[in-house]
Amino acid sequence: MNQVVEQPTRSEYRDHDGAEMLRIRDLHAFYGESHILHGVDMEVRRGELVTLLGRNGAGRSTTLKAIMNMVGRRTGSIMINGTETVGMKAHRIPRLGIGYCPEERGIFASLDVEENLLLPPTVRSGGMSIDEIYAMFPNLYERRRSQGTRLSGGEQQMLAMARILRTGARMLLLDEITEGLAPVIVQKLGEVLVQLRDRGMTIVLVEQNFRFAAPLADRHYVMEHGRIVEEISAAELPSKRDHLNALLGV
Amino acid sequence: MTMIFGVPLAVFMGQLLLGLINGAFYALLSLGLAVIFGLLKIVNFAHGAMYMLGAFTTLLGMQYLGINYWAALLLTPVVVGLGGMLIERVLLRRIAHLDHLYGLLLTFGLALIFEGSLINFFGVSGARYPTPEIFQGGFQLGFMFLPKYRAWVLLAAIVVCFATWFIIERTRLGAYLRAGTENPSLMQAFGVNVPLLVTLTYGFGVALAAFAGVLAAPLYPVSPTMGSNLLIVVFAVVVIGGMGSILGAVVTGLAMGLIEGLTKVYYPEAANTVIFLVMILVLLLRPAGLFGKEA
Repeated sequence: MNQVVEQPTRSEYRDHDGAEMLRIRDLHAFYGESHILHGVDMEVRRGELVTLLGRNGAGRSTTLKAIMNMVGRRTGSIMINGTETVGMKAHRIPRLGIGYCPEERGIFASLDVEENLLLPPTVRSGGMSIDEIYAMFPNLYERRRSQGTRLSGGEQQMLAMARILRTGARMLLLDEITEGLAPVIVQKLGEVLVQLRDRGMTIVLVEQNFRFAAPLADRHYVMEHGRIVEEISAAELPSKRDHLNALLGV
Repeated sequence: MTMIFGVPLAVFMGQLLLGLINGAFYALLSLGLAVIFGLLKIVNFAHGAMYMLGAFTTLLGMQYLGINYWAALLLTPVVVGLGGMLIERVLLRRIAHLDHLYGLLLTFGLALIFEGSLINFFGVSGARYPTPEIFQGGFQLGFMFLPKYRAWVLLAAIVVCFATWFIIERTRLGAYLRAGTENPSLMQAFGVNVPLLVTLTYGFGVALAAFAGVLAAPLYPVSPTMGSNLLIVVFAVVVIGGMGSILGAVVTGLAMGLIEGLTKVYYPEAANTVIFLVMILVLLLRPAGLFGKEA
């Protein structure tokens, strides 16, 4: 079991606060013959909450998957906390302190809620305890013995988020977490993101719901055709609103 | 003498016991198949050969190295399991991205190679492995005579089946296995070394088959074809139970053994076909199998 889940060594993870957490240069990603990302450049600093905006098919989800090495092939450079990860095996990347929440949520039907919650191996110390997680998501505690996929969409989303908080990951890649959820759940998720940011988490948020993302984020990247076409800071947002709406087609 | 539907009780119970023993082997083998199919999505046609190799390793280990039964019970699954891991690393992994049919063909080919090579050296007639000293004789239960070795086989098979079920359904490693079966790429994104998990799983499934082989060695003639004869029935059991269900494999295995035993008592001509009749019925009424989930 220890071999299946290799324990991270201290040297793999360097804590230098305020520093760059993620730096992507000229990232190309391919699924078989299709070329999805065409030279993505972006960086995220420690403790920042950054969104990836764009229309469907712009390459936002693929960017997150490429960071996790879940695409067919990738070229370019992805530095995580100073470590180059483009040549790295998929199962080693989370060990750099990355938590990934996929768009389809990825709740396991053959596991109950608590098993789902305890499933992702700890990647470093300092993760939230199971009690803290249940305090943050009381619904999950009430339904901890239910089959994972029996939960409502909102509860499944909370479970998908909660389980990567336990692992001690310091950077979260969240893909469309508000998609298809009721406003009251979306509001709850917004509160959770604020709490996580206050804990010093670094968050990359792929989001369709701009009104959800706008008040939370420090910066926004806009993607089109597999590239970053615009970078907008929170301060610039009011003046660039119309421009952004035109880019997103809303 | 007590009669049950015109059959003496001792005969009835004797056949039931034989059926249960066969069922224990069906359970052990279909369990391994289910575990392997779950994670690798490969129908492991080499499973019968692995069972046969388990019995042969036990026999040759005794003849040439003086390894006794108890040591073989421990060592054989390890040795054959390691061989299985090698097969996975060197062969199966290379075709993992192709259609699952290729895995079936490859393992079928391997089974033929193992069988053929052993026939070349040892012929098909088979050899006997002596029953271990401690299991000589049996218990007189009043209504029947229970040979000690058969009681042991039943006990050992049930304990191993239960332990496997426990590992898969109740432990952390088992949770990795179940989750890896559902969504391997997400498991990698959580930091689980899925390729290693796949290797260990194949090795474990094969080790179960080899363990069944060791248990079988003192019971049946050890011959190169002993696996392929059994495997066809085991596949029927897997179809009846539902592919990929752990509990289903065990329960169906034992139940089919019993049904086979009962048929031997009342209509011996059909004993070899009854399991296939059940399979046809199940396929008609519940195509996913008794314990399988409808797709």
